[in-house]
Amino acid sequence: MSLVTRRNFLQTAAAAGLALPALGRAAYAAEPLKIGYIYLGPIGDYGWTWAHNKGRLALDAALKGQVVTSYVENVKEDASAIPILKDLAQQGNKLIFTTSYGYMDQTIEVAKQFPEVKFEHCTGYKHADNVGTYNSRFHQGRAVEGTIAGLMTKSNTIGYLGSYKVPEVVLGVNAYTLAAQAVNPNIKTKLVMIDSWFDPAKEAAAVQTLINLGCDVVAQHTDSPAGLQVCEQRKAWCFGQGADMKKFAPKTQLTAIEDIWGPYYISRAQTMLDGSWKPDDAWWGMKEGTVVISPYSSAVPDNVKAAADKVIAGWKDGSYDVFTGEIKDQAGTVKVPKGSRMEDKDLAVIDWYVQGVQS
Amino acid sequence: MTLDFIIDAIVTVIGVTTPILLAATGELIVEKSGVLNLGVEGMMLVGAVTGFAVTLNSGDALGDWAPWVGVVAAAVAGAASSMLFAFLVLTLASNHVATGLALAIFGIGLSSLVGAGYVGMVIPPFNQVFPDWLATDPIGRVVFGYSPLVYFALIMVFAVGWFMNRTRAGLILRAVGENDISAHSIGYPVIAIRYAAVAFGGALAGIGGSYFSMVITPMWAEQMTAGRGWIALALVVFSGWRAGRLLVGAYFFGILMTLELYAKASGYSFLPSQFWAAMPYIMAVAVLAVMSARGVTGSEAPACLGRPFMPNS
Repeated sequence: MSLVTRRNFLQTAAAAGLALPALGRAAYAAEPLKIGYIYLGPIGDYGWTWAHNKGRLALDAALKGQVVTSYVENVKEDASAIPILKDLAQQGNKLIFTTSYGYMDQTIEVAKQFPEVKFEHCTGYKHADNVGTYNSRFHQGRAVEGTIAGLMTKSNTIGYLGSYKVPEVVLGVNAYTLAAQAVNPNIKTKLVMIDSWFDPAKEAAAVQTLINLGCDVVAQHTDSPAGLQVCEQRKAWCFGQGADMKKFAPKTQLTAIEDIWGPYYISRAQTMLDGSWKPDDAWWGMKEGTVVISPYSSAVPDNVKAAADKVIAGWKDGSYDVFTGEIKDQAGTVKVPKGSRMEDKDLAVIDWYVQGVQS
Repeated sequence: MTLDFIIDAIVTVIGVTTPILLAATGELIVEKSGVLNLGVEGMMLVGAVTGFAVTLNSGDALGDWAPWVGVVAAAVAGAASSMLFAFLVLTLASNHVATGLALAIFGIGLSSLVGAGYVGMVIPPFNQVFPDWLATDPIGRVVFGYSPLVYFALIMVFAVGWFMNRTRAGLILRAVGENDISAHSIGYPVIAIRYAAVAFGGALAGIGGSYFSMVITPMWAEQMTAGRGWIALALVVFSGWRAGRLLVGAYFFGILMTLELYAKASGYSFLPSQFWAAMPYIMAVAVLAVMSARGVTGSEAPACLGRPFMPNS
């Protein structure tokens, strides 16, 4: 339904595009580098898209005068993304970030038609000479949440509100469950996938359902703060998603995973400016500063804080990996033998849940 | 399967159902007058952002009364946005479908614009009207533990049913929807009646929208109704334009949506989750097929639905 909005935006953006290079020539020796973004949700979702937009603003601030960024929001993960990407390329954007998994094939297709434009696709796995991918190791944060959840649950039943069964979400569910089981072997995780990234009413109903079914700690992998508000009302512990969401659940948010994309966007724009851009398969995490754990709430006891801090320190220095065997799937089959760690290539395409996940 | 568990489930179902029921009840009156307003989604969002903004900004001055004022403001804003539509389709006789879609898009855009400054803010939830000893009683909460809007929605659907079938004014409204030219020729002000019906529909859509931003999740997020306006439209068709069936249909949808969540969280994964998500629609098709096969559709679709009316042409 936002097609008209989008068109209007593009017209404005095109008009600005005509005016800006002229200004750029007057003020600087070189034209500023134009960088485009497409977003899945509205920038006001206070979740995934909001975080990417914050990364874009960080890039604007860091390379002021050298880059001009623009974005199109509410782009559906279907064929309608293709003309929008083409428009962005035709407007002279030299680097385009496509910020959701569902833009994968559309990115590859448009990239073929614009070989001189560089594309970076978030959370995907398909590459080309001018298409790189980037992702963040959110599961590192999920392991911290799982550690806290495992130590703080009274019912030994913890909940996970998911969106779609894509590798990023499956990794989150598994990391959360494994980390919780590491500190509390009796943990069961109840999982609800709502088949949407952003639907506050359904997110709220799903979290209510998880609490109704006995979960006393709920993590969410959808983009609005709806779940936290339900947890606050129902007095269940919860975790913020994408940003510190303390104001939505001041009493019950224990901590949050903050998505910080700024460092990555700045580093990639820099490689464009100095001409060293190559298609990458970046998977940054706590070490590089793209996954950050918010300050713990005062409800988290000191021993739990210490356990969580140990996980964070372990991720940063490489001494800890939640995907270390032995790991069994839901049916009890051993998927990772004792002592060995899962490799990135297997993590990136994971499609099975660990034992203890009810879905 | 304890009593607590059942009550929790009922509370969830009612939360899912109420906003759809409110918007659909309003749309029922609109369509009964012969106007097809597809802009429900847009009106709901305008109501949602207005209700939130007014409650937030008047919280200091009005205290406990702020959400009541917020709901009234949401109704006024919903009705005001519907007047744009009404002017185009009733005074200028434009196409109902195209204008309604335009209203939906307009409402989405306008609410995003107005709401941009309110992202990330919260208000206290407007989720209780009875005193604590009733509303939080382990058993009593199943009757008394809801937002005032829940009771309002139920009252409205009964009031609308009574109005349409038991009052003279309701009969006139239906006459206008069934045959506008006849109603006009015997002296009823067709255009004025339709204006009133559209305004009523806009007001209820606005209140339905405010249920999202004030009760379910007391915050503002762009497009937070996430397509419920379209479900409300479908529900009116599903109900065969009857208030009683609208109520049953709304709860039927609500129960199926909640059942999907329960099934998933309980580990009944023998069916893929997409199937559960499609369940309400599959059931709707099945129910309609059975009803029409047995010849009991009882559809009371207004004959003039969506037809522009130009008395002087």
